Amino acid sequence: MYAIIAGGGKVGFFLARELIEQGHEILIIENNAERAEIIANELGNVVLRGNADEASTLAEAGAERADVVIAVTGDDEDNLVLCQVAKRRFGTRRTIARINDPRNESLFRMLGIDATVNATQMMLSVLEQEIPPANLVALLRLRNTDVEVVEAIVDPRSKVTGTALREVDLPPESTIAVVIRDGSAFFPNGATVLEAGDEIVALTRGIHEPRLRSLFFSDRPQQH
Amino acid sequence: MGCGRVGARLAKMLTEGGHEVTIMDIKSSAFSRLGSDFRGTTILGNGIDQEVLKRSGIERADAFVAATQGDNRNIMASQIAKHVFGVTRVVTRIYDPLRSDTFAALGLQAISPTIIGANAFYEQLTGEPAVSVAV
Repeated sequence: MYAIIAGGGKVGFFLARELIEQGHEILIIENNAERAEIIANELGNVVLRGNADEASTLAEAGAERADVVIAVTGDDEDNLVLCQVAKRRFGTRRTIARINDPRNESLFRMLGIDATVNATQMMLSVLEQEIPPANLVALLRLRNTDVEVVEAIVDPRSKVTGTALREVDLPPESTIAVVIRDGSAFFPNGATVLEAGDEIVALTRGIHEPRLRSLFFSDRPQQH
Repeated sequence: MGCGRVGARLAKMLTEGGHEVTIMDIKSSAFSRLGSDFRGTTILGNGIDQEVLKRSGIERADAFVAATQGDNRNIMASQIAKHVFGVTRVVTRIYDPLRSDTFAALGLQAISPTIIGANAFYEQLTGEPAVSVAV
């Protein structure tokens, strides 16, 4: 595989080192002379000094024959435009962009970037998974759909506590897939009675998430 | 978006022509270019941030102009204006002629000061119409 990496910061550098180790052909585009020299000393002749913003630099880097262009500079606007130019002008097969502002994720997808990586969003997801019960936690969204896998812990004050599943008024297009009680997971049926402290894993569409959330928590504010 | 020499001048031309104008910049000092008699609105913030664009009233705008120093900032903001907020008239300054071609092909109305400037010099110097070159 031939990969062009735009941006020779820490992300670009370590990514390049791993890819070289795996036997891939790579080229880093880095504008800063000092930084370019440091990378060349560490990794060899794999640096093109230049401004990846200029379409001519991408031409020089051989974007036309690249299997993938990976834009990992610190600026979302640079990563976006670079990937778009690679794709539209040079026909690069696959483009991957680093994103800093999580709100740009859907925009990048809309504008044709094949994949995005967002460190801020990842930190947020890790944090959410560690936050105690008061929240419905979105574990993941199924690729290219609005279907989410969510997790919740049944609040003692919730109206579903002590209720058999078949009596629970679930939102449409929502399924409780797994219940985890006392550390062991089981697949519930209609007769399963939910207990306070049960962890439930459910599938739902994004739009139904608020209704699902309100089921498992009481309206009274919670303290923790 | 962008209250540099071009942005400020355009904003004043438009307000004097009776249009309602909001101009944004990431530096508050840039607004001094507008003078004290500017009749439009100024917004401090980054135009590639959708929240800032909303605050500027983009949802009811008839036109959007990206005229900052950064080609990529201009291109990204213009695509947000066009594709997220559905603004019909979007004009973008793109210095790099190659990028300008690419995004014109993607439907952005691009103005390249590099091409316009070089052509103007050429015509003044030679008295002949400018020729197209690949740079």
